[in-house]
Amino acid sequence: MSDVRHLIVEQIPHLRRYARALVGDRGQADDLVQDCLERAWSRMDLWASGTNMRAWLFTILHNLHLNTARKYHNTPTLTTLEIGVKSLPVRPTQEDRLEITGVWRAFSRLPEPQRAALLLIALEEMSYEEAATVLDIPVGTLMSRIHRGREKLRRMMSDADRTELESNE
Amino acid sequence: MTASETVSKAELHAFVDGQLDDARRREVAEHLATHPEAAERVAAYQAQKAALRELFNPVLEEPLPQSLAARRPTRTRIHLFWAAASVVLFIAGGITGWRVQEVMQVDKAQEITVARRAAVAHAVFTPQRRHPVEVTADEETHLVRWLSKVLGAPLRAPRLGEFGFSLVGGRLLSAEVGPAAQFMYQDEKRRRITLYVVTDARWSGTTEFRFAQEGPVSVFYWINGPVGYGITAELSRPELLRIARAVYDELQPAPKPN
Repeated sequence: MSDVRHLIVEQIPHLRRYARALVGDRGQADDLVQDCLERAWSRMDLWASGTNMRAWLFTILHNLHLNTARKYHNTPTLTTLEIGVKSLPVRPTQEDRLEITGVWRAFSRLPEPQRAALLLIALEEMSYEEAATVLDIPVGTLMSRIHRGREKLRRMMSDADRTELESNE
Repeated sequence: MTASETVSKAELHAFVDGQLDDARRREVAEHLATHPEAAERVAAYQAQKAALRELFNPVLEEPLPQSLAARRPTRTRIHLFWAAASVVLFIAGGITGWRVQEVMQVDKAQEITVARRAAVAHAVFTPQRRHPVEVTADEETHLVRWLSKVLGAPLRAPRLGEFGFSLVGGRLLSAEVGPAAQFMYQDEKRRRITLYVVTDARWSGTTEFRFAQEGPVSVFYWINGPVGYGITAELSRPELLRIARAVYDELQPAPKPN
């Protein structure tokens, strides 16, 4: 039993990171994680011992998120992010920071299924199979979400570069 | 035509994500060396990925908020596995401080377990704003029938209206011995009382009505036959006692607490 507990506990920071990136707002993200943990604990008997705890927890989190989003007619884009520029890790130049917040701005405009796919791959470094399991989609669908998401980001970023150049003093 | 000349879109992503085997990885790298457009894409994907990681990896280092904080029990292990990852700092830290009064020679450990579980379940679910219960009081008949069936004992949700508390609803929980149930009540000041019920076929006989306290949380608990009860709230002992007595009387008219 304590092994199970350990398996869950070690995923909490990871669930929070994913939820924060998916939802944007810190309080909402932590509520989501708390709901996820509660559900996991109350359905522990459905977890097949020895199987992938991480995938199981992320699946629960993802489904809860979908339900919530449905219930609140989720706003299409993210508007806030609590990690503001000043709390970003210290980087040598201001340009780097701008680029990172630029990626965030662009990222938050992607459709949610693409964001979810990209986050599982980028943050959790899940295999394509594992991420497809979590999102309950075929691997082919996952790959196309990743592709569309990355291409769209790339276009938005290069447009932003152009705008930036034009507006520079 | 060599293998490195044909690289699919999917393989460019797999290259970025480290999901190619070594041989193929080398071939894709060769391909990139001679295909600047593909190389540029790969570089952009890598930069996106790095930016997301840079943005959100700091969350891993943040201290957990109290609602999610994991605190290991220091000495006595709490058997409720879900208590561990959570929520219940004061219980986890303070098990050894449990003050149990009027304890008789019956199986103390089992009873205290009931009290602890009741308190832990109270601490986990009463702060919930959105989902304090699984089934709301609107469906009380269904709730009671469902929980009775799962626990294998006829349950009732006692009336606490005379104390200003009304039923919010209930939920099914798991104790390590089997299912458990929690009924939640709330008054106008949004104070919450929970009634925890657990069954264990190994239990028999009836215990006295007992009291335990941890910090602000008071628990009255007792076991009757195979059913254990715990009624928990952040109320003073005399305040909760009046309510707990009413519950005790309603659920079990026979022996009255003194």
